[in-house]
This record gives sequence, C-alpha cells and structure tokens, in this order.
Amino acid sequence: MPYIPHTQAERDHMLATVGVQSLDDLFADITADMRPQSFLASRGLPEQEVIALCEELANRNQSVLSFLGAGYYDHGIPAAVDALAGQSAFLTAYTPYQAECSQGTLQAIFEFQTAVARLMELDCANASLYDCGTALFEASTMCVRAARKRKIVLDEGVNPVWRNMLHTYAANLPMEFVLVPHRDGRPDKEALIAAIDKDTAGVVVQNPNFFGVVCDYADVFAAAKKVKAFSVVAVNPVLQAVLKTPGAMGADIAVAEGQSLGLPLNFGGPYLGLMACTKALIRQMPGRLVGRTHDKEGRTGYVLTLQAREQHIRRAKATSNICSNQNACALRSLIYLSLMGPQGLRDVAENSMEMAHYAARTLTAGIEGTQLLNEAPFGNEVALSLPVSADLVVQRCLAKHKVVPGYPVGRTYAGLDKVLLVACTEKNTIGQVGILLDAMQDVIADILQEEALHG
Amino acid sequence: MKMQTIFEKSVPGRRTTGLAPEPAQHRASDLVPGELTRSEAVRLPECSELDVVRHFTQLAKLNYSVDANFYPLGSCTMKYNPKVTEVVAAMPGFNKVHPLLARIGNGQGCQGSMHCLYVLERSLCAITGMEAFTLQPMAGANGEFTGVSIIAAYHRAKGRDRRIMLIPDAAHGTNPASAAMAGFTVVELPSRDGMVDPEAVKAAMEKYGENIAGLMMTCPNTLGLMEVHLREVAALLHSIDALVYYDGANMNAILGKMRVGDVGFDVVHLNLHKTFATPHGGGGPGAGPVGVCERLIPFLPSPRITRKADGSYEFLPDNPESIGHVGPFYGSFGVLLKALAYILRLGGEGLERVAEYAVLNANYLRAKLKDVLDEPYDRICMHEFVASAPAGLKALDIAKGLLELGFHAPTMYFPLLVHECLMPEPTETESMQTLDAFSDAVHAIVARAKEDPDYLAEAPRGLPVSRLDETEAARKMHLTEDM
Ligand SMILES: Cc1ncc(COP(=O)(O)O)c(C=O)c1O
Repeated sequence: MPYIPHTQAERDHMLATVGVQSLDDLFADITADMRPQSFLASRGLPEQEVIALCEELANRNQSVLSFLGAGYYDHGIPAAVDALAGQSAFLTAYTPYQAECSQGTLQAIFEFQTAVARLMELDCANASLYDCGTALFEASTMCVRAARKRKIVLDEGVNPVWRNMLHTYAANLPMEFVLVPHRDGRPDKEALIAAIDKDTAGVVVQNPNFFGVVCDYADVFAAAKKVKAFSVVAVNPVLQAVLKTPGAMGADIAVAEGQSLGLPLNFGGPYLGLMACTKALIRQMPGRLVGRTHDKEGRTGYVLTLQAREQHIRRAKATSNICSNQNACALRSLIYLSLMGPQGLRDVAENSMEMAHYAARTLTAGIEGTQLLNEAPFGNEVALSLPVSADLVVQRCLAKHKVVPGYPVGRTYAGLDKVLLVACTEKNTIGQVGILLDAMQDVIADILQEEALHG
Repeated sequence: MKMQTIFEKSVPGRRTTGLAPEPAQHRASDLVPGELTRSEAVRLPECSELDVVRHFTQLAKLNYSVDANFYPLGSCTMKYNPKVTEVVAAMPGFNKVHPLLARIGNGQGCQGSMHCLYVLERSLCAITGMEAFTLQPMAGANGEFTGVSIIAAYHRAKGRDRRIMLIPDAAHGTNPASAAMAGFTVVELPSRDGMVDPEAVKAAMEKYGENIAGLMMTCPNTLGLMEVHLREVAALLHSIDALVYYDGANMNAILGKMRVGDVGFDVVHLNLHKTFATPHGGGGPGAGPVGVCERLIPFLPSPRITRKADGSYEFLPDNPESIGHVGPFYGSFGVLLKALAYILRLGGEGLERVAEYAVLNANYLRAKLKDVLDEPYDRICMHEFVASAPAGLKALDIAKGLLELGFHAPTMYFPLLVHECLMPEPTETESMQTLDAFSDAVHAIVARAKEDPDYLAEAPRGLPVSRLDETEAARKMHLTEDM
C-alpha cells in the first residue's frame, strides 16, 4: 500500500505486541451494525497516472488574456519564492508549539509581522488570518469588543465578496452594519461621517475601494475617533508601497488580501489575510503572535506569545476561533517582499497603476460611448462605463477572443450593468491592451448591431 | 552566532534588478494627487537574491519537520505528505486561474478546476456517508464555524431560538470558540471514562430542554478513544430535534471502518491537512470541508457546484436559505487539489489501510510505552493515545528531553483533564523501527531523569536555542523589529 512501510512480518510482530489477532480486531469498538455498507469505490492509481489525469484536467482550463482583478491580481512571482517557501522543512512542520525546534518558522513570522506593520505604518501585525474577508470580520469584532458598542459603519465600496462574508460571520452576533452607499463608485465621505454617531463601534472602508478609487479617509477616521469608535481600512498591499498608509490616515486597524504578494491566483485560494493594528488593540487581536525573547544563555529566540487571547486557552471566550492560519502563504509573502525590497515593490505598484491608466485612456478613446465611471483618482484598477451590458461584453470576449476584459460590476451592484472593472498589473503590456481594445471593439459593435436589428 | 533577521541583513541601495519591472515612467504622484501617496518608502529589506536565498535556507535549517524525522504531535496527524501532490498543485493550468473566471459565461474557462471540486466533494461524501459537502472552509476551525452556523440556520428556519451548544469537556478549544462565534452559549458536558456520557446528556436535556441546538462531538475523541455511545447520544439529541456535529479532525482512525453519516450525525468537518495528507505548512493553510445530511443541504454556503446533464459544471445561484459565504470563493483550491491527488493515489482500499495502520502504530507505541508512562485509559486506542508523565516528572520536561534526542514531542497538556498529559499520534506512515527508536528515547529519558533529577531541567541541549523565556516575551511584547 502506498506510504505504509510495514512488511507482513512487522505487522504480525506488532499485532502480537499489542495482543490482538488481526488488524480488524483493533476496531472492535465499532460494532458490526456501525460498519459501512459502502465506501469510496475508486481504486488507487500509480503516481504517473495521477499526474497524467490531473494534467489532462488542468488542460481543460482555458488559457485566456484576463483583466480580472476585483481584489485578486496576477502579479509576477519571482522564482525564488517557490524555491524557498517550498522547502519541506517549512512545509512539513506545524504550528511552532515547541519553540526550540521551530525557530525557522518563528523567526519568519516575526519578520512577517514586521514587514506587515511597516507596510501599514501601524505598531504590530499578527501571524496571518485566512483571507481578507475573515480579517475584516475579525477587525469588526475587535471594534465591537474594544468600544463596547455594536454598530459598524460599512462603506459600500468595500469588496462585495468580503461584505458578504461579514454578514455570514456576524449573522448570530450582537453586531449591526449600517451600509453607506457609494456615489458613482466613489466613497461618499460626508455620508460616512454623518453615519458615525455615539453608538458606532467602528467604521470600515477600503482603499482603493472596489471600483479602484483612491481616497484619503483621514477625516472619516477622525470623526470616528471623536465618538470613541475605531477605524478599519482594507488596503491593496502592493499599492501600499506608494499610497498613503493606514497609519498616516489615523486608522486603528488595517487589513489586506495578501494574495498579491507572491501567491498564485489558484482559483480562489489559499489566500492570506493580513492584519495590523495599533499597540492599544494588541490584546484584542485574533490569531497567533510571535514575540522575541531570550533563552537561558542569553541567546535571542522567538516564541508564540500573548496566547491568553486564543482558543486553546480561553475556549468560548477567545478573541477568535482561529487555530491553523495561513502560515505557508505568509512565508511566501515575506519572501516576496524581501526579494522586491522597497524599490521593487514600488516599481510593481507604479507599473501596474501606469498600465491601468494607459488601458483607461486607450479604451475610452477607442470605443465610442465608453467613459470613466467617475473622475476620481484610481490605482491599478478602473471602472469604465460601456455603451452596452458589461456582462455581455465579457461573455462574448471570452467566447470569441479568449479575452476577459474585466469584471462586470452589475453582478454585484444594482444599476451598474454597463460598468466594467478593468485591472492591470506590471505583467500586462501595451500590446495586450491593444488586443483587449480590439476584442471589445469587435464584440461591442456586434452587440450594438444586434440591438439595432431587434430594436 | 546570532541569526540576524532579514531586516538586519539589509544594505541600503542593494537589490536584484529584473525581479520587479524597470521603474515606471510615471511616479505614483503623477498618477494620483500627491497627498494620496505615501510619504516615506516602506522599510522593507534591501537584499540581493542570494542574500534572501541564504536567509530562508538558513531559517529552514532551524526547523523540525515531518520530512526530517518523526513528528508524533497528537491530534495533528503529522503523516508523510506525498510529493506527487505538490507536483499536481503546481501545474500552471490550475494555479493561474482567476476565481472570477467561473462567473463569466457558463464557466467554460475553468471546467477542469470545477471538475476537481466536484469529484472531491463526491469523494468526501462517499468516504463519510454524508449527502453533500462544501469545500469552502479554510481550516478545521473555519469548518466548525460553518457547521454550527448551519445548525443555527436550521433552527431559525424552523422558527426557533435555540441558544445552547453542548460540548464535551475534552473537546478541542476551537469547538467552544466556534460555537461562541455563531452566537451559542456553550454548556460543557463532563465525560465519564473518557467518553461522552449519555447520562450527562440526559441531565443537560432536563435542565435546558428545547433550548439545546446541538452537540459537538469529536470521534475518535481527543483522548484517542472510540466513542461507544454514538448512536444513543445522537438519538437523544434527535428526540428534541437538536443536531449532532462531528468534529472529524481525527477521521484518520476510522476511514472505511465507520461513516459518520451512517451512524446518525448531521454535520461533520474534515481536516484535509490531517487525514488527507496536505502539508501543515508550519501552521496552515489547511482546509476544513463540511459535510451535511440531506435536510441541511439548503443551508450550505453559497455557491454550490453541480454537474449538468451534458457533463459540464456550473455554480448554482445563491440559495436564500444558505448561511452565505464563509470563504471568498470555492475553498482553498490549491489545498483541495492536493487532497484530491492523495485520494486518487490511494483509492478506497488505500484509505481503509491508512486507518488500520494508523491504529496499529498507535497501539504498538502504547504497548511499548506502557511500562514508562502512566496510562489513564488501559484499553485499545485509536490513532493516538494519552499518557501521563510518571510521578515526579513533568510532561514538559519529557517533551524537551525528546527534542534533545532528535524527536518532535507529542502534544502536551491537552486534553486538560489528563494529568501531565502527553499525546502521541504516530500515523500510518511511520515504520516499526521509528516507533522503536522513539520508545527507546522515552525509556532513556525517564530512566536518566529518575537517576539525575536535574538532567531534564536543562533540556533541550544542542538545539539552536534552549528553553526560551516566555514571560519576557509576554511582558516586553517585542512583536516587530520596531516595538
Ligand atoms: C480535534 C480538533 N478539532 C479542531 C481542530 C482545528 O483545526 P484547524 O487548526 O485546522 O483549525 C484541531 C486541530 O488542531 C483538532 O485537533
């Protein structure tokens, strides 16, 4: 049997040592009436057949030119990320409970915490959460606990995927969300400030928001502070190399989807929730934290710390139920950030932004009736208003040209059926934007013609 | 020599060009108003590629791992993670796919990935006897939250407000924490002889009656014992239409021997990073799929995948009764793929052998250690067992003695109800020779400690660090380079 090393002689010796006759005797507590009538019918396959089968399945996915983003981006990943993070000494270890033999993982987490805190210009960061959606939920519960109030003011420009998750997670908790609508994809800061009152525990925004709009929320966060509420901002970690930081805006908690930092898109995961906060909120943090300390000989070392917040100690009263987190993903992001350095990350961010601006100019100039949804500043993603249904354009472009022009915003925002969200990264080229333009021109002309025919 | 951090190795101005693109023609402040930009560069390490490679290669050397040696960490199923699963997960045809591609057209762009999800769901149904699975949860605890949220939604749909979740005292800490996150009040059930006691369940039912929403049970339980009153306990709860949740973190022990769906459980989560051999990653990412019985299907997270008559796959529109979205998309696909490759490799028969040899190994090790460690439950165990340090010795000291001899320690001080608890879980992939060597090490440690009481206090010697000052860590809160 694969991966079971026992010879028959060893098995017999071991059974005799235990004092039973057969392997099945070990399962006497599972009585006959509890045994399964059926089980997984498939037979095991040799290694090469598994590979061949999976290769065939992988090839069933289409290779497309995609401008999909919506929080998850196709940035380049240096070869050294895979090589280093893939070392089995990292991959086949578990949570570093035994610190003396886990200094590799522990020091890496300490470095990760440092990198994330510096990216956000906040005091500290935790060892990772599952993804940005769960990080936003955990941040909201931190606000509710710390402020001892239950209302969260939530901007509609926060990624709808993550807002959906917030509602699922908070469904049975004493927590309420007040949604502040966007205005043409821009945050309505006056409305956000107006929604903050003495019952507010926290305000939750995103920068750039779902529509790609870059904004300074300092005035919103100041308004929250006045009523002893906390401020949470979800950011794009790559653009954080160049954009005003959560710390500089006065946020108490910053979260991010860390996928952009060296993780493949992978059809939805594993991803990486980043969370940083001010020192005042450390004891409200969910998840693992690593601290630096010393051994008896005075050598520097690292341990899991402040564990009294966690489920294995506090059980029902823990700050969160999280146990296994996304450690291998966090390690990838740390290696990515170390390889990029401040200048490299900035180059990735600025090239991505520049290409999105180029795409916006090209598409608005080249397709009649296409314009920017708003005039607000944007990062590496831009919302365009098309002359026809964005959903239809995207479908047709995929079917006819193997191009996915972006995300049709009407899928999640009522009334925005003609809005397309186009994302770029540093990997995109001027030539690819040209292909995008051609494809969109072609299918939009088709659609307009059909509409004219059918009235 | 002190191991510097990557930040300490940073040299201003050093980098490897060509990993990132050439500088853009526009600076950020040309593209957005200057006041929206960052005032100072991020203080990330400035290193060459080789600096970074050396650093993380050196860090890896400070770690202990399954690939290096025996890792009998109980409740964690540290089995060998077959390399072929890494090959499959690294296939670019899989890992380049954007999750939103599934929402475009009829999902024609990603049918291969969708096929994998579907086959894995059906395989897990066949393995557990549940009617349907969601692959969305991103770890075991996340699966628990999903499962108890489904229980909450079930009662709400019936117009009831049931607030109490019964949880045995030996349960893993995530169980009560997850129940609390789903709004439940946790009532702890005292166990008897290491088992859930039907009398305690009855007593709780008398006290709380129809306020009870459900019971969370782990089986084999966290003491490594097969629960023997499963059907009786399930029937008791069902008599008041409360639901029974099965924490399947320990499923490795019963693959092919019992299916939780067949014996009356309503909800189960599995830890793919345990039973299905996906690597633990130094603490994740894992995956915690949740299976349910027929009447709970409407409450599963959205979106659900189906196979159409023409053999293609699609995600169904969100169901109004669904608890919603626990993950951003369809689960941690990269992890799910490794579990699928493992299942393909082993097949049903291979999985059943897994349970048999995992249990054989645990019982063999238990027999070998009987004379040195105290055994609170002297009976056949499942995939793991609990033992107490002998009188006068501490579990912590024995654990550190094992590290010194080149082994990872068993789980210690869990479950809390066992005195000076050590919990070894050998898994099926370990050979008899490895178990013998481990047993010899425990014997040597105990014998030496009895002769020389101070010997263990200094353990572990010869590792990168000796015992670390946890009080200092908590007091100084040195959590980043800048704190
Ligand atoms: C019995 C039991 N339940 C639940 C969990 C939680 O799993 P995870 O760490 O994947 O969240 C664990 C793992 O540590 C466990 O051993």
